[in-house]
Amino acid sequence: MTTVAVARRSPLNRAARIVAFAVIAIVLYDIVLFVALQQSWLTGSKALTGDHAFGVAIQQTINALSIGAIYALIALGYTMVYGIIELINFAHGDVFMVGAFLSILVTAGIFGQIPGADITNIPFLILVLTVALLLVMPATGLLNLTIERIFYRPFRGGSRLAPLITAVGVSFILQNVALVVVGSGDRAAPQVFPLNWQIPIGDAKISVLSIFIFVLAVGLMLALNTFVNRTRLGRAMRATAQDQQAASLMGVDLNQTIALTFLLGGALAGAAGVVWGLRFGFVRQDLGFNAGLKAFTSAVLGGIGNINGAALGGFFIGFTENLASALGYSRWSEFLVFLILTFVLIFRPTGILGQQLGDRA
Amino acid sequence: MTAAKAAVRPPKPTGWRAIRERMRNYAHHHRSITILWTMAIAGALLIVLPRIPPLNLIQSANPWYDAFANAGVYVLLAMGLNVVVGLAGLLDLGYAAFFAIGAYTYAYSNSPFSGQDLPFFPMLVVGAAVAAVFGIALGAPTLRLRGDYLAIMTLGFGEIVPIVFVNSDPYTNGTNGIGGIYRPEALPFFGEFSPLTSFNYMIVMIVIVTVAMMLLYRLHDSRIGRAWMAIREDELAAAANGINTVVTKLLAFALGATTSGFAGVFNASKLTIVSPDQFLFAVSFTVLAMIIVGGMGNIWGVAAGGFIVFMIQAVVLKQLSGIAETLQKAGLLPVFDIGPLHVDIAKVNFVEYQYLLFGIALVIMMLKRPEGLFPSQVRRAELHAAEELGPDDPELLGALGDTPGNDEDMGDPAASR
Repeated sequence: MTTVAVARRSPLNRAARIVAFAVIAIVLYDIVLFVALQQSWLTGSKALTGDHAFGVAIQQTINALSIGAIYALIALGYTMVYGIIELINFAHGDVFMVGAFLSILVTAGIFGQIPGADITNIPFLILVLTVALLLVMPATGLLNLTIERIFYRPFRGGSRLAPLITAVGVSFILQNVALVVVGSGDRAAPQVFPLNWQIPIGDAKISVLSIFIFVLAVGLMLALNTFVNRTRLGRAMRATAQDQQAASLMGVDLNQTIALTFLLGGALAGAAGVVWGLRFGFVRQDLGFNAGLKAFTSAVLGGIGNINGAALGGFFIGFTENLASALGYSRWSEFLVFLILTFVLIFRPTGILGQQLGDRA
Repeated sequence: MTAAKAAVRPPKPTGWRAIRERMRNYAHHHRSITILWTMAIAGALLIVLPRIPPLNLIQSANPWYDAFANAGVYVLLAMGLNVVVGLAGLLDLGYAAFFAIGAYTYAYSNSPFSGQDLPFFPMLVVGAAVAAVFGIALGAPTLRLRGDYLAIMTLGFGEIVPIVFVNSDPYTNGTNGIGGIYRPEALPFFGEFSPLTSFNYMIVMIVIVTVAMMLLYRLHDSRIGRAWMAIREDELAAAANGINTVVTKLLAFALGATTSGFAGVFNASKLTIVSPDQFLFAVSFTVLAMIIVGGMGNIWGVAAGGFIVFMIQAVVLKQLSGIAETLQKAGLLPVFDIGPLHVDIAKVNFVEYQYLLFGIALVIMMLKRPEGLFPSQVRRAELHAAEELGPDDPELLGALGDTPGNDEDMGDPAASR
């Protein structure tokens, strides 16, 4: 059940279909938001008029894309680990949190950036972001790998409850180590990316940062997809996900493959941590818990074990949350996400793409 | 293994061992009476000990009684979660949600906020029943799926229940919570519930824990209890043997929620205030750590685990700073200056580290001693028989069925779908 889709049809054709689907979804969301924003029974006294609503709708859609990208990046780690060893890695959200703090360490510690100051020098900005990603991603990847080595590997092949409980414990340890090191409450993160870089489209101002986050996330996902589908190690991962025993009989090194999965998942969570700091400007030690829950919901929604599904689910959750907050119900957004999780589990526990098996595109 | 060796019968136990053997036998055959006696002795100790040294040197009797009553809440929670996790093998990470539901039910029925003033003891049952209804409502859709989904679902539920209480402020008074909850009516022999001492609460708690323990032991030994353990060991095999796994799991889940609801009502009446921040994930996690430390599946073990962990949290960690300060004044504890590090142990707030401590304790227990500090006899035998006797020993084969290597006790295997 937990397989990674194998591309059989022409890749160009497939890419075109995905892009078309994405564009249609985004436009649909835009229209829904545009209409909803004008309804006074939905938004209370804050209903907007036509022109204004159009601008806000476009802006919010772009925001939704960036937050969805962050959830999708985290969800990939959940789904990959679940796909390969059928364990909910509760500590994954906290690995993301560690990534966000490490990113502050890089931008503030190495480059001396302070919260509130932008870098308008483009080459320098690229350098800072590249260094941040190149340092944080391996670090969180190694953290995730170490967690697997120390805490999960001893349980391999045994009971299912024990590693699950241990994972909860590891998540709690990470959270509380962070509490001891950085204390509780919001910590300001340097938003090195200038927030006033905006592209005006009519009434709307589209933030370049959101586009950057979206493009970065999609780039990483494409890279991951290529890795999983086109390389020898990726094939080993897919084989292990399908049948561990058979894979190991075919000469796949299980330990290495599982470690690689954790490494990749952790690295993606690290990237999500870096962009979280840029996007929201604050980080806190209990960040990973909530983000992890939402990302896991994304993974379940998309079909756990399915990489494309996790990406899809991440964007779906991002859009849902954005819809709630755009209409003024942001404090109910978590409730909404939980409702989605409930309904998915009741009506379609395999998720949107969960039925996809190796023989389909 | 020679035949001659196997034929030698173990010598009849004598002295201390014989007494232990007989006590164990008695306890096995007369569980409820044993529990009554044990709890009576424990209750008497809890009443007397805080009044004599060394305990009364640390703090006076009333704070001790207060701590014991609070510990009772956690003991109750631990015993309830033990049914879900320890017996039925379902991981419930949102246990605090049912605790919250019980507490808020009582707050509605007994506070100036709602204008109601219903009696305490009937409300104990009502609060527990409301929690059970929520437990069933949450469990019904998820228990058909494999166990991990239940874990994440309950985690989400535990997360959103406080959020819902915060957000629906017209009905719940938001973050401030509902205060001024009335105290229970007077007890027959012990008189009024005074705001000055928690003695009465402790007495009520001891009674509740005793009753709960008797009921849970009876369930544990019953057909349902055996069905839970069968599901924990191998769900597929249990289903094949005619156990309705969904109903049985739902029953475990609802029973856990009920116990939690009891604890919630009691806690609300004792604190006289409920607020959403009393029911965060940390509570669920603490209870989980308690049952892991105590020994999953063993009822008195998890009760002891709950008591010990709570006392560490509420008394030991609080006192550590004071002790460190006293030592420092006496010149026994230096302030360390190692390079840039300035370590002043007297200034460390140990209570802040409690959850880190629990997390580490939980993980170490899972890795090194999964049966807990006080495992049940059966579990200890299952987990360690292979080491003591060697895998081929006929005695072991007889004791464990035919699979000596099968020492995994918490299995929650294959999906049911």
